[in-house]
Amino acid sequence: MPDTNSLTPLVEIDKVDFAYGKRAILKGISLSVPQGKVVAIMGGSGCGKTTLLRLIGGQLIASSGAVRVGGQDVGKLDRDGLYEMRRKMGMLFQFGALFTDMSVFENIAFQLREHTDLPEEMIRDLVLMKLNAVGLRGTSKLFPSELSGGMARRVALARAVALDPMLIMYDEPFAGLDPISLSVVGQTIRKLNDALGGTSILVTHDVVESLQIVDYLYFISDGRIVGQGTPDEIRASTEPYVKQFVHSEMDGPVPFHYPAARYEDELGLSAASSPKS
Amino acid sequence: MQNILGIIRAIGSRAIETVSRFGAMVRFFGLVLIHSGMSFRRISLTVREIYFSGVMSLVIIIVSGMFVGMVLSLQGYETLQKYGAQEQMGVLTALSLVRELGPVVAALLFASRAGSAITAGIGLMKATEQLKAMDMMAVDPIARVVAPRFWAGVLSMPLLAALFSFSGILGGYLVAVLLTGIDAGVFWGNMQAAVDVRYDILNGVIKSVIFGIAISIIATFEGFDAEPTAEGVSAATTRTVVTAALSVLALDLMLTAFMLRVAH
Repeated sequence: MPDTNSLTPLVEIDKVDFAYGKRAILKGISLSVPQGKVVAIMGGSGCGKTTLLRLIGGQLIASSGAVRVGGQDVGKLDRDGLYEMRRKMGMLFQFGALFTDMSVFENIAFQLREHTDLPEEMIRDLVLMKLNAVGLRGTSKLFPSELSGGMARRVALARAVALDPMLIMYDEPFAGLDPISLSVVGQTIRKLNDALGGTSILVTHDVVESLQIVDYLYFISDGRIVGQGTPDEIRASTEPYVKQFVHSEMDGPVPFHYPAARYEDELGLSAASSPKS
Repeated sequence: MQNILGIIRAIGSRAIETVSRFGAMVRFFGLVLIHSGMSFRRISLTVREIYFSGVMSLVIIIVSGMFVGMVLSLQGYETLQKYGAQEQMGVLTALSLVRELGPVVAALLFASRAGSAITAGIGLMKATEQLKAMDMMAVDPIARVVAPRFWAGVLSMPLLAALFSFSGILGGYLVAVLLTGIDAGVFWGNMQAAVDVRYDILNGVIKSVIFGIAISIIATFEGFDAEPTAEGVSAATTRTVVTAALSVLALDLMLTAFMLRVAH
């Protein structure tokens, strides 16, 4: 057992299966996220990473197994219980999902206005503090359409932590960012987690950035966990899938070719040369 | 044979789809009603939507009303003067507008101006995961986004219909009195004598409230139910305009039949 797992887990995923209709996405996954840590869940596109986040947030319900957050079984909560739990969660969506009809300021003030009765001056101060933490205090009057991709991601980050959540989930926080924005977002995720004393789950396929900022990594392929460890363990791993992923090798357990008929057959070459093959 | 079976099967599946969509819309209507508390507790949310749906539709409603009223007057004069009844032009204009054209044409315009905007707005919020984000922030999108738009539509519709009738009557007056030379006193006097508050005006208001409910629920449902892609949102917008227009006309037929029966 790695020592990070001996800490009290905030999120526990226990033998979870999940399928969209007949298409199985997760097949008996178990993992745990200890309090105060930043944990990455990695894997290729479409491997079920985002589904896992949706299960933790209660937007999807597991077909079997249990998802527990702070000891509560998410699948068994009613709507009010779910909303109560979500108030303690922050989530960064893949493309930010900022409210396009509100200014940056109003986006971050949104949850404060919806869930608290704080006076306007206090909301103003809190919003400016969150914006300052992501370095974008100067954008408070702009609208999301006036921001660059990297800036929008950082505003969404500030919005995700507006209520100082105990758990922050990031869905592909690095997708489509330039190298500078990417490292800014990465460092901010780490900094916010430590400053708030929260717990973070990152779903991503950006292995280089993740290895620098996280405490623990899980690798998912084909709905199963195929590797896990601290960044050092992962760098040294000989597990074929992890090795292919970390060193971005073209061929390995994840084949270069999508399943297809034999190349020679499709080109009509094999029939002429050897009818048997 | 194969072909005929195919056609029957297609008709059947279309019918099932239509019925199940209608069912989904009725359920959605119920959900909107259950989650309407916030729209009234925080009235500023609804007022904001009234601005976008109602106030922004004012120009098209008033200008169209004016044109329709003028045309009514011109056509009416043409026919009425053959019987020497041109002093009834005020009555003709007012009754046509208050009973039928006001509620119906205003509703059709409202469906295409505001209904389409509501669907596109909600659909786009869905496509860009804004609704999901809101739900993850423990804020119900039906209460926060859908219900204020719904109630804004329901409240705006009768006011817009009244304004449509008002500007139509004004347009009718301009043509009748200034162009064809009917006495202004006769125009207004006959109108006052013939228009009944209960049978004409109240029935018109009832119609426009019902049209407002129908258009608003169709527009919000289509947006909320849209495929979260660009094509999905544009298809949903088209569906809103088509479905809302057909519903308004069908409801108008039913309501008129019912009201005339009640009147007799």
